[in-house]
Amino acid sequence: MARTINIQPVTRIEGHARITIQLDDEGRVTDSKLHIMAMRGFEKFIEGRPAEEVPRIVNRICGICPWMHHTASNKAVDGCFKAKVPAAGQKLRELMQVMAHINDKILHFFFLAAPDFVLGAGADYKVRNVLGIVQAAPELATRVVKMRQAGQMMLERFAGKVIHPVAMVPGGFAKPMSEKDRTELLADAKEQLEFAKFCMSFAKENIFYKLDEDAINLGQVTTGFLGLVNPSDGALNFFDGVLRLMKPDGSYSDFKCEQYTDFLGEHIESWSYSKFPYARTWGEGFSMDLKAPKGIYRANTLARLNVCDRINTPLAQAELDEFRQRFGRPAQSTTLYHWARLIELVHACERVLELLEDESITDPVVRIPVEPKAGRGVGCVEAPRGSLIHDYTTDENGCIASANMIVGTTHNIAPMNMSVRRAALDVIKGGAVTEEALNKVEMAVRCYDP
Amino acid sequence: MAVRVAEEWLSSCSGCEVAILNLGETLLAVAPKLEFVHIPVLMDHKYYGQLGDGDLGHLDIPQAEVGIVSGGVRNEEHLEVLEAMRAKCGVLVALGTCATHGGIPALINGTVNSDLMERYYRGCETNDPAPDPTDVVPPFLDRTYALDEKVKVDLYLPGCPPHPDQIAEAILALVEGRPPVLPSKSVCDTCPTIREGKGQLKTVRRFLQNAQYDAEKPLSEMRCLLEQGLLCMGPVTRSGCAGVNGDGPRCLKARVPCRGCYGPVQQNGNQMLDMLNALVSNGIDIKTLPDRTGGLLRFSGAHGRLRPRPAAK
Repeated sequence: MARTINIQPVTRIEGHARITIQLDDEGRVTDSKLHIMAMRGFEKFIEGRPAEEVPRIVNRICGICPWMHHTASNKAVDGCFKAKVPAAGQKLRELMQVMAHINDKILHFFFLAAPDFVLGAGADYKVRNVLGIVQAAPELATRVVKMRQAGQMMLERFAGKVIHPVAMVPGGFAKPMSEKDRTELLADAKEQLEFAKFCMSFAKENIFYKLDEDAINLGQVTTGFLGLVNPSDGALNFFDGVLRLMKPDGSYSDFKCEQYTDFLGEHIESWSYSKFPYARTWGEGFSMDLKAPKGIYRANTLARLNVCDRINTPLAQAELDEFRQRFGRPAQSTTLYHWARLIELVHACERVLELLEDESITDPVVRIPVEPKAGRGVGCVEAPRGSLIHDYTTDENGCIASANMIVGTTHNIAPMNMSVRRAALDVIKGGAVTEEALNKVEMAVRCYDP
Repeated sequence: MAVRVAEEWLSSCSGCEVAILNLGETLLAVAPKLEFVHIPVLMDHKYYGQLGDGDLGHLDIPQAEVGIVSGGVRNEEHLEVLEAMRAKCGVLVALGTCATHGGIPALINGTVNSDLMERYYRGCETNDPAPDPTDVVPPFLDRTYALDEKVKVDLYLPGCPPHPDQIAEAILALVEGRPPVLPSKSVCDTCPTIREGKGQLKTVRRFLQNAQYDAEKPLSEMRCLLEQGLLCMGPVTRSGCAGVNGDGPRCLKARVPCRGCYGPVQQNGNQMLDMLNALVSNGIDIKTLPDRTGGLLRFSGAHGRLRPRPAAK
């Protein structure tokens, strides 16, 4: 008999999603969907608010990556008010944002994704979680918990609040960094880099090198990619740069963040509150057909490593070399998001060290006064989950007249739907639905860390 | 015997769940005393059976001694989950200001749903405009509700997010079967900045340039930000953000004013009325506030406090 399978809620992700899979009379997968079940409406309810307040409102879009929204929002308000941020303010912003990447990657890899690999996709759901890892590998778990905690406290010690930060302000930063702050953070950051190197080699030895063909192919789809790169050398850049939109064949175009409306569109389906961004500029429309996708590109770790020409820190560049040697450019395997995530962890730690070793970061001039006025500003950063775009227009009082945002995970809504379909087709055969098979469908989603 | 815990998130951001994880080693220490039976952010228990074939009319949450819920109630799924949590959990904890007072997502309570949908699905620059999604996705309620507008709440832990110290205290108290010791004062009561009493101040100004302070000196040598003429919600906001051993409110440590994220000092208080009173009694012209509702009810718009403005004529 034809039936519908409901995976609800999708778990070990951030947010509310449901997967439905349709099986026909013979138990074949005929359809599947990933439904995003909630919408809060930030674009609407920040209208009319004084723009300088918005960076401490929109950070609540995401409690895992509030620093990303905080940074993109401040950049957008700077644009509206035509504010030029002093050099030290800019450096502090980048430092905070990249430090937040470190904690995010540890959280996702070990707390959300690793149970599937360390304990097994088919392990009992009651132990297939981070507490199961604590039981199975207490030494590793303790180290991970301690390091993530230390990273969170580095941000909190200097910037007051780590979850839902307030320290960035239009025009710069709310407080300067003292030499004491700098040397303390530098010592901690060195430890973080050592931990990142350990994570990379641990994961390669125990997980990545052991991935079999099925694992590599789980949820595989063929798409384009989007991410920020340095305009000068095409290098990976989390904090600033130009957007690079790559086609599945590897050709690409670079554009300024303000031009995103010329390149991207957002498709809407009747069965998901989230929209489906696509590459409008390719002129082929929108389709999630696995055999002939149209307009589909991906964001997040794998996308960034595909679009960048290089990484300007040595350890991460060495990892990228190995990655490209094995998988080519662009790499399409969805599971490789995890591998790419740890390469980015290494880069983030190296970049934080570079920023902290620069003594000019303690310059006391961190903010210029800003003047509310009418204008438009587009702030873009690479959030862990992808290119984050905040686009504001202000009225003559410097209050928000209109706002449009595309957040990291949203870029991946269409590809996640495709990966769910691909995985469901591959793991559900002859109507045999097992817990392990359904978890594998979710694993395809977890690669994107939504 | 371990205490069984179920956790859910409704209209929220996951910041409260990250705050739980920020217990760090404390969480590892207390973990053996807890048995998580349902927590979507960390664990794969499903509402409709692990094989996805259960009755959609019966949302399954396992029995638990303690239920923790973050987020407000914004749609029919949230309400169904909340009611199931209430039915299956002995003690229900409202975690975070969204759950206790609506939080930031309750700012939407100043807008009717149709305006939101119009903007979101037909208005944004990048859209291919389309009708509102209605298939499978849960219908919206008319506004965002705090948990206690829908079910009985046994313990309130406000904060955006709550400091891990209060989460730890609540968990330990529940494990030990005693009432938790939680902050009850105002943010000002825990703020070390210098207050000189009523000043000549007649207006509040927008936070367009940094406060005046000597970065080399501690917070205790900075003048109160409200007395510097910046809107600071400290007088009407519950304390706790500094944690047990903190040396000052967390936003103040970044040298920026409080915006009220712990909600009112008393659970039933009204941050807007209380703040307007405080400003007026100090002779400050409240017309100088740039955004009264979004400024003073930023975190506590549930309980009917924030409503759509009447349509302009």
